[in-house]
Amino acid sequence: MRNKVYQTFDEAVADIPDGVTIMFPGFGGVGVPRNLIAALHRQGAKGLTGISNNAGVLDAKAPDVGTLIEAGRVKKMYCAFTSPTHPSRVTAFVRMFNNNEIEAETVPQGTMAERIRAAGAGIGAFYTPTSVGTELAEGKEHRVINGRTYVLEYPLHADYAFIRAWKADTYGNLQFRLTQRNFNPIMAMAAKTTIVEVENDVVAPGELEPDAIHVPGVYVQRIVRIPPAPEGIWE
Amino acid sequence: MPEEKPRLEREVIALRVAKELPDGGYVNLGIGIPTLVSEFLPEGKTVYYHSESGVLNYGPLASEGQEDIDLINAGGQFLQPVPGMAFFNSAEGFAMIRGGHVDVTVLGAHQVGANGDLANWMLPDRGVGNIGGAMDLAAGAKQVIVAMEHTDRQNQPKIVSECTYPITGKACVTLIVTDLAVIRRTTQGLVLEEVAPGWTPEEVQVLTGATLIIPAEVKEYQL
Repeated sequence: MRNKVYQTFDEAVADIPDGVTIMFPGFGGVGVPRNLIAALHRQGAKGLTGISNNAGVLDAKAPDVGTLIEAGRVKKMYCAFTSPTHPSRVTAFVRMFNNNEIEAETVPQGTMAERIRAAGAGIGAFYTPTSVGTELAEGKEHRVINGRTYVLEYPLHADYAFIRAWKADTYGNLQFRLTQRNFNPIMAMAAKTTIVEVENDVVAPGELEPDAIHVPGVYVQRIVRIPPAPEGIWE
Repeated sequence: MPEEKPRLEREVIALRVAKELPDGGYVNLGIGIPTLVSEFLPEGKTVYYHSESGVLNYGPLASEGQEDIDLINAGGQFLQPVPGMAFFNSAEGFAMIRGGHVDVTVLGAHQVGANGDLANWMLPDRGVGNIGGAMDLAAGAKQVIVAMEHTDRQNQPKIVSECTYPITGKACVTLIVTDLAVIRRTTQGLVLEEVAPGWTPEEVQVLTGATLIIPAEVKEYQL
């Protein structure tokens, strides 16, 4: 049987080439795969396309997607939050976007989630009422269904997804804690290779309650247990 | 000019909005004044709160020192764990919104148009904007209440005949609660229902960029 458990983050991201698309989950600072991001930062892959709810948090206490953006590794971002909360608080992303050093597509958060889910579920495209009448819908196909206007949106696929989970077993079944779940389960579905950092020891099959699995192992290819601090990032 | 007259505090706006929430309703609160609404729910009324962070039936903010790093609201604030919470992923969280399961959303705004258009995701002079979940809420919630200051920092009206900022949703706002007035959108247009104490309907109209329908009797702000 193919082993999904890797010993180090460096080993788990070693083969990621330049130019790939990577999904980075997290809502605010919760459920962010910081150890995998730090490892990719060390590894040096560049020309990346990132898919993430936000484009990095200013003054992040630990690595987030903004770390890769600031290092010049990201050529394009898909995200729902891009601006600082105050004009004086300018993130690396905003500075680079204003200097035309990074491309960006702003996507409504729910449309982003559904585009990711659609990719994982094999859906070719879908109609949504979100953004109808706004500049984001300009140039997109519209359709009236039962009297309501919808806009056509396409799936968002990725080569890799980085996942932060609470518990895992060796089959790759995952559980999350509280609002840690956010984009993690759908991003795990939507990537060709899903790599997980997990907060607890990877257990044998049967030790996680089968009725309480949030991500079935079919979506997971690699798992790394987060080591204790300071080697592991626990923020 | 009525410039010098006191306007209502943010908490009073929140208190007025809280009266509008349906008992037993599912409610999503945006960032800013809307977040305050949960602190002013009338006694005896139960509301279930939904957050895009992936939690339903959440409670008050966590007190200092009691924060759990995995439990936040849509604004990134830490929440207290309370009985009855339910957690879900982002696709399901937005299915609840888009699927019409959220009764009311309370949002802030840069501008509201006379036709109910909402503009709250981008200030063009700031370049890139923050959509977050606002476009999904505008399109999906059964009712969109705007809670905001009546004018911007330059004292320019935020209620306008037509939005000049990029819009978040078309004709979605049903009620506007500000520090000067309560305005309801009807098929006839924007109706001035209530004014802040000490303000006349005419003074509110001067600070409003759209023509208001002013009934014979306009009530004082109902708290």
